[in-house]
Amino acid sequence: MIELRGLTFRYDGAPRPALRDVDLALPEGELVLVAGRTGSGKSTLLGTFNGLVPHFSGGELAGDVLVDGESIRGRAPRELADRIGYVGQDPLAGFVSDIVEDELAYGMEQLGLDARTMRRRVEETLDILGIAALRSRPLRTLSGGQQQRVAIGAVLTMHPRILVLDEPTSALDPTAAEDVLATLARLVDDLGLTVVLAEHRMERVIPFADRLVLVEDSRVRDGSPAELLVDSAVAPPVIELGRLAGWSPLPLSVREARRAKASLGALPEPVAVSLSPADPVLTATGITVTYGSLVAVREVDLVASAGRVTALMGRNGSGKSSLLWAVQGTGKRRSGTVDVDGRDPGTLSSSEARALVGLVPQTASDLLYLETVDQECSASDDQADAPAGTCRGILDRLAPGIPGDSHPRDLSEGQRLSLVLSIVLTARPRVIALDEPTRGLDYTAKAELAAILGELTADGRSVLLASHDVEFIAHVADECVVLADGEVVSAGPTARVLAESPAFAPQVSKILGPAWLTVDQVEAALA
Amino acid sequence: MATQGSGRLVIGTVLPRDLHPGAWWIWSLGLAAAVSRMANPVLIVLIVLVACFVVLARRTEAPWALSFRLYLYLGLLIITIRVVFRILVGGSGGGPVLFTLPRIPLPEVARGIELLGPIHRDSLLAGLYDGMRLAAIVICVGAANTLANPKRLLKSMPPALYEVGTAIVVALSVFPQLAESVQRVRRARRLRGDPGKGIGALRRIVVPVLEDALERSMTLAAGMDARGYGRSGQASRADRVLTGTLMLAGLTGLCVGTYAYLDHEAPRALAWPMLAAGAVLAALGFVVAGRRVARTRYRPDRWRAGELVAVASGLTVAVLTYVIADRRPDVILPTVAEGPTLTVAALVAVMIGLVPAFLTPPPALDPMAEVRR
Repeated sequence: MIELRGLTFRYDGAPRPALRDVDLALPEGELVLVAGRTGSGKSTLLGTFNGLVPHFSGGELAGDVLVDGESIRGRAPRELADRIGYVGQDPLAGFVSDIVEDELAYGMEQLGLDARTMRRRVEETLDILGIAALRSRPLRTLSGGQQQRVAIGAVLTMHPRILVLDEPTSALDPTAAEDVLATLARLVDDLGLTVVLAEHRMERVIPFADRLVLVEDSRVRDGSPAELLVDSAVAPPVIELGRLAGWSPLPLSVREARRAKASLGALPEPVAVSLSPADPVLTATGITVTYGSLVAVREVDLVASAGRVTALMGRNGSGKSSLLWAVQGTGKRRSGTVDVDGRDPGTLSSSEARALVGLVPQTASDLLYLETVDQECSASDDQADAPAGTCRGILDRLAPGIPGDSHPRDLSEGQRLSLVLSIVLTARPRVIALDEPTRGLDYTAKAELAAILGELTADGRSVLLASHDVEFIAHVADECVVLADGEVVSAGPTARVLAESPAFAPQVSKILGPAWLTVDQVEAALA
Repeated sequence: MATQGSGRLVIGTVLPRDLHPGAWWIWSLGLAAAVSRMANPVLIVLIVLVACFVVLARRTEAPWALSFRLYLYLGLLIITIRVVFRILVGGSGGGPVLFTLPRIPLPEVARGIELLGPIHRDSLLAGLYDGMRLAAIVICVGAANTLANPKRLLKSMPPALYEVGTAIVVALSVFPQLAESVQRVRRARRLRGDPGKGIGALRRIVVPVLEDALERSMTLAAGMDARGYGRSGQASRADRVLTGTLMLAGLTGLCVGTYAYLDHEAPRALAWPMLAAGAVLAALGFVVAGRRVARTRYRPDRWRAGELVAVASGLTVAVLTYVIADRRPDVILPTVAEGPTLTVAALVAVMIGLVPAFLTPPPALDPMAEVRR
């Protein structure tokens, strides 16, 4: 279907090529997972399939790309629209119209199909994706998972043979992500489509994947998932557990791992971490946040203790972000009180509030507005009345080796998050709140973030963390609060809360039972 | 006649559907044209009532359909401003003095302008009627905006203007996004403490918002390209020359024709014939430009009986108003001193505007909205 021959690509002005000597052949009717570290060139690779690279990105491309045996070098993406469907990361950013039905028809209008074919294909697609009930809804009112399915439908109506998706589930909560992935698996099964998708959280996709393409240091390896994952730099927990236990072949899904687990023998149950009562740093009582007639957060109580990481979980729109903003004091709050050292950040000026509670928002780059990292750091020192070099010092500890003259927009996702975190930490807040910090981070970057959070809590600070990332939460959080519809549905130690809910259970506890959360625990027990 | 669940009037067998947006625009522009000729307060109020009635009978539940109230408020505001200004600088005018306010003396430079002073009845009424007429025009345009999806109207443009239409649709949907991102960045700015003042503070909002907007538009452009936008329309050289010539000639014709029409000393042969020839050439240009477009349209709005009824109703109101204004200026354009008079003919002319409320198909409502109610 798609064949890359000796492909080398270099962005304009880049010292090294983003992709080097790539030879790759993807057969028809397979689900292909493209994985690799952040910034390794996954998106670039996907872009070469339909000409977005180099047509939109600029840069030099050597070698050849063949689709159906025909070279597409120098062809524009629009000429390949009926053969390759491309779905980007943020569906809302790619929508052209405002109603579901019109969006589905848009591509066909460009192809010049006749009215009856268009009508028929729109109806078929609505059914295949299970979105028939949404046909006349405005796109902006849909949930994230629904929007992503509409975006997939909008390219499916053109009847492409190949579907290329760049991180389609990175912004979705676990359940919505499952829905989208199940839809994709069905497209491969039923329609024989070739689906190529890039994804950071591999654990969800690997059970469906026929082939894995690893992008490492601008080179590409491909093969069956079980073979490649033996030594890949990125691997989900189930694979790490398999490597640890020495299982061969590696189990790819939770189900396979459960059958293999007998070989581990009887493991000593991990000691249930009994949380000794810690002194609360932040006590929020009866927090209510409303937007017009919508109640986003309803009378929620929240305690963040010194030296603890408290995770907020729940589906998209359950009120996690609103709660964090309200607790920080910048967000609106209808009623309720927050107490940090006897003071309420909501009643203080913004500079005083940030010295009590620091917040790293979901789109962290909103805080950046200067041309270089050094300028951002010194501005941050001034704003926090900290001695010069404080912010840079924190940044060097979090992410060493960032050149001071680089532009914040050019940093990798993880580096930019570190920069924003340093700016927030410069004000020395007692409580640090993070909203979806793992979005776009690979496993290694997440491990680094976990280490940073560990340092902060060892310092006696308290961390609040809103996230969808179950594996990350299992790794770092001491306590968990699950929100639904703006109310707390369960709260307590991480192990108990995660074990209570099948949607939020991490892979290791699905395999070994509710007492286990992470591979590290198993490693400790085996040692 | 039968009534539907929601109390909308429906002719027995007409199926609910959305009318072509163009039909609603022509209807409301007809009303606006009629009202722009009127100075009779009773007729102006009637036109506004007609527009309100049709809107209530035929609007949908879409977001743009709920904005009609805003146009009414805007109308009230216009009337208030007109009247207040008349009181402020009203000066002379016929009729009895209603009340006298203390005159504010102005310096010599502003001679000829009088602030406050005695307020004459006629001057006040003239201001009121003027404001009512302007308000009525605004409300008529508001009615069109309420009844017709503005974006669907853009979609009904001739194929040659498709690119322009798409650009406008995209721009319209970018605006709420831009507002959203300004809000987000403003909020995030406070997380860095001291918001600062002046240029520095503005820069902290503008830079991230513009970077965001630029990134979004690149994503959108890439997305549209990947979905085939702009793949048709490779015109040959000869095609382009032909289209260009037709359009240029058409425009020249329209210009000369308009000039001749307005300048009464120019030969009459240049006026209407040139206008017509220019219009025909320009239309031909559109057709030629549209012919090479291999694009199709999904579920286009079609012109059927309902649309024709709406158009005819609007145009009839306008034409009848102009005819009556010619014969009985005292009815359509009474002087303030005389006071308004009415004739049956004028009443009927205005009431014809009500026809679409009964004879057009009712809008297709979202069944879920019905359940929710």
